[in-house]
Amino acid sequence: MDRRRLFKLAATTALATTLAAGAALAQEAVKIGAVGPKTGGLAGGAAVSFWPNVQLWAHDVNARGGLNIGGEMRPVEIIEYDDQTNPGETIKAVQRLATQDEADFILAPYSTGLNLAAAPIFDRFGYPMVTHTAISDQIVELSQRFPNMYFTLGGATGLAGGVVEVLTKMRDAGQIGNKVAMVNVADAFGIELAEVARPAFAEAGFEIVYDTSYPLGTQDLSPIVKGAAAAEPDAFVAWSYPPDTFGLTEQAMIEGLDVKAFYTAVATSFPAYAGRFGAAANGVLGAGGVAATSASFQEYAARHEQVTGAKPDFWASGMVYSSFQILEQAIEAVGSLDKEAVSAYIAENDFETVMGTISWDENNNNAAYWTVGQWMDGVFNGVASTGREGAIEPVAKTGWE
Amino acid sequence: MDILITGLLLGGTYALIAVGLNLQYGMVRIMNLANGELIVIGGFAAFWFQTAASVSPLLTVFLVAPVAFALNWLIYTVMLRPLVKRAKSRGQLEVDAILTTFGLSFVAVGVMLAVFGGDYFSYSYLARPVELLGATFGLNRIMAFLGAVVICGALYLWLNHSRPGLSIRAIAVAPQSARLVGIDVQKLSALAFALGGAVTAVGGGLISMFLTLDASTGVMFTLKALIIVIMGGVGDMRGTIVAALALGVLESFVASVLDPGLTLAAAYLLFLLVLLFRPQGLFGRGQA
Amino acid sequence: MKRDAWQDLALGAVLLAVAACLPWFGGSYWLSIGVTIAMYTVLATSWALFSGPTHYISLATAAFFGIGTYTTGLGIDHLPYWVLLPIAGVLGAVLAGLVGLATLRLSGVYFVIFTLGLAELVRQIITWVQNFSGQKGLYVLTDITEADIYWQLLGLAGLVFLGGWAIGRSRLGFALRIIGDDETVARHSGINTARAKVILFMVPGAVAAIAGAILAPRYVYIEPLLAFTPMLSFQVVIMALLGGTGRLWGPLVGVIPFTFLWEAISASFPNQTTLLLGLCFLLIVYLLPKGFVGLIESVRRWARNREGYA
Repeated sequence: MDRRRLFKLAATTALATTLAAGAALAQEAVKIGAVGPKTGGLAGGAAVSFWPNVQLWAHDVNARGGLNIGGEMRPVEIIEYDDQTNPGETIKAVQRLATQDEADFILAPYSTGLNLAAAPIFDRFGYPMVTHTAISDQIVELSQRFPNMYFTLGGATGLAGGVVEVLTKMRDAGQIGNKVAMVNVADAFGIELAEVARPAFAEAGFEIVYDTSYPLGTQDLSPIVKGAAAAEPDAFVAWSYPPDTFGLTEQAMIEGLDVKAFYTAVATSFPAYAGRFGAAANGVLGAGGVAATSASFQEYAARHEQVTGAKPDFWASGMVYSSFQILEQAIEAVGSLDKEAVSAYIAENDFETVMGTISWDENNNNAAYWTVGQWMDGVFNGVASTGREGAIEPVAKTGWE
Repeated sequence: MDILITGLLLGGTYALIAVGLNLQYGMVRIMNLANGELIVIGGFAAFWFQTAASVSPLLTVFLVAPVAFALNWLIYTVMLRPLVKRAKSRGQLEVDAILTTFGLSFVAVGVMLAVFGGDYFSYSYLARPVELLGATFGLNRIMAFLGAVVICGALYLWLNHSRPGLSIRAIAVAPQSARLVGIDVQKLSALAFALGGAVTAVGGGLISMFLTLDASTGVMFTLKALIIVIMGGVGDMRGTIVAALALGVLESFVASVLDPGLTLAAAYLLFLLVLLFRPQGLFGRGQA
Repeated sequence: MKRDAWQDLALGAVLLAVAACLPWFGGSYWLSIGVTIAMYTVLATSWALFSGPTHYISLATAAFFGIGTYTTGLGIDHLPYWVLLPIAGVLGAVLAGLVGLATLRLSGVYFVIFTLGLAELVRQIITWVQNFSGQKGLYVLTDITEADIYWQLLGLAGLVFLGGWAIGRSRLGFALRIIGDDETVARHSGINTARAKVILFMVPGAVAAIAGAILAPRYVYIEPLLAFTPMLSFQVVIMALLGGTGRLWGPLVGVIPFTFLWEAISASFPNQTTLLLGLCFLLIVYLLPKGFVGLIESVRRWARNREGYA
């Protein structure tokens, strides 16, 4: 046997061995990209709602043996990148996932701004983009431009409408009068919601007795709460972001702002909120909500705590996980990693998730979403939605004790 | 009156944020861009002891202070002293210090993320109303304000009446001459830097009683502290305190009377105006 | 004009032409890296044009950049895109001129903090105004592709280098060098130092605003927090200083390795990105005190000396 043939033989044997070993051990992993803030302005929110769900989902899928792709069980492998809350970095990271890592699928990034920055790239490479934390009123235009983009968390009109609806209900029940104090954080999100809420309140016959904004990063919110208290409102509504949601609540306790309806927006649904305020949180209204008593959510929440060591929040967490479930179910139903087919499947089907059934309207939008939730004994249950089941009746807040 | 007290309380918070930086920048010429991260670390210590062991933040700070002091001493002697030695001019040192501490702030954020994750940490402590001259204020803010008074008062006395304090001030004014009169510049610079760090971390522990922090929020405090220190006049304790209080009163005045949306804009405007009309800061001496 | 001057120009043009071919060969990933490099080259080089000779460290890049992004964000529905770029440039230059008039008598660290405060002030005012106009986050939905953005940035980079080259040869450049060496001497020799500095400060102002306007379509969604991020100002300073501000091409040799370093770290260590970037920063400060330009020049000197002895 000459040297060359020996080499060839050795090579063939080696190849055969590798193949056999590979098949016996595990199938080739499905590569899933995940981009989100680990640092920067939105890192705090992403650490609650986004990253633990990436971990949980990968754990869940692999625990059952992986994704069933045409009868083959293939594990998922997550490739994570930190975008530092910087759209430029999000763009680079998604590009890197698509072209360098050759990710089979990419999970949608975190927050409205970062999702929209990444949308053109998802679109160019044909990745289905099931967003979970993008809140927009421009869904019609966006879904025309980015046909593979799906929306689940709703829009400003719905969120503000939910609050008006809840307050109307409480007024009709004789729990509150019609004077509303409204404040908003001067940022895209807060401004948009305040802008939508103003006419909606007026139309519902509410009188806005205090209406102001404050900059993101305000360190002392007491003048705002004092101003609101001086207007003697029946309801207090704040379109707020995480640090000020906490700050406003604490200030309201100190000032004794004893309204029967107290609403703060983002982060009210975080477990840290109840953790900080305990029983005083009872009756506080906030953005989002879930069907907290539903079996699917409770089972999810228990698993979330067990696997990641932290509780999920009562709004975005479940939706983030659901968006991953949608992708998962679509991949398994199609039975291949064909992005186009998976995206088409998503558009045409309804999905059973931990948040209940998700279905799409003509704009790839999940039209039925939670808008308002309320804390009661450590649980933040949905009290208003645009058509979801499991809402409970809102109750009047009885002081801060 | 109500506005004034609210503003003074907020000013106390600002003083806590900025006094340590004033020591570090004013005395040692290190513009510490990792100031905010130190605040967050102090806040995290307070949070951890409060939630895990129910230790009052007001006690935790006595633990935080020596640890932060040691840490900053180390940072100064290991990392910053070579820069001081290398620098040919004050300008060169300032640039090097900006770059180094900026890098350091990244490292600090990275370490915090690794150690305690990116989640918000917030707890409720002394969130009780206190009646003062007919208006209500949070007890935790009042405690933080008292803390600021104690810290600033002690520092002021120390800088003006103790031998090391006076020597440090001499270094701030004229480092070369200080050496000639037998002052151990290296040791005292390290002392001032470490002390500044300790004060900052304690401030962080105190403000965490009412502010919600996360690993990435440090930079906001750094910006505020820089503004206050510069506005007050570099190297002058009184200036920093006056600037902090002025800023607090201005912000609460604007928030209550004009529009809360303009508070930060007004703060920056005040800062810009002070710089334009008194470029050396409220209490600063003209530059050499 | 001397012959080597023309050589410089020709070399620059050739390099630019080579860089312009990237979209056809590099694939979209390299294109996105190219955009990052082009963006920081433009920002850092124009920054160094002013800060190099005057030693004033400006942290206002984010202010000008944000104004540019907002110009596009607000104007895209009303005006043709090509008109927006010069408008952004003019706005940036005017703001820089005003700031310059007001502040250039501040020296050293005061100027640093002032410019930092400026970015925050502009951001606060824009956000507050949005409350009334009811403008929310702005959507910039266009058909402008990444390659278009890349070419525009390259074009801008070309202009910046040409401008820097021309300034270096003009009376203004001469005056600035004297100011940088000793302002008092400059004043005594009849140079209007304030005017020279203000004019020069308008260059990075305008350039950063145009860069912001060009990049707005890439971000699709504009909000104040993202447009005015103070990180941008710091990154530009770091990159320029890493390269070295003494030469026109200095920032470029800082931007390119820094971008790749940043990219390598972000790609390989997603959980320790910030930590490692910080450590790299520290290494740079300690090991490369004069930037890459200093390194290159000492290597050159060393090589020359060796030749001499040989």
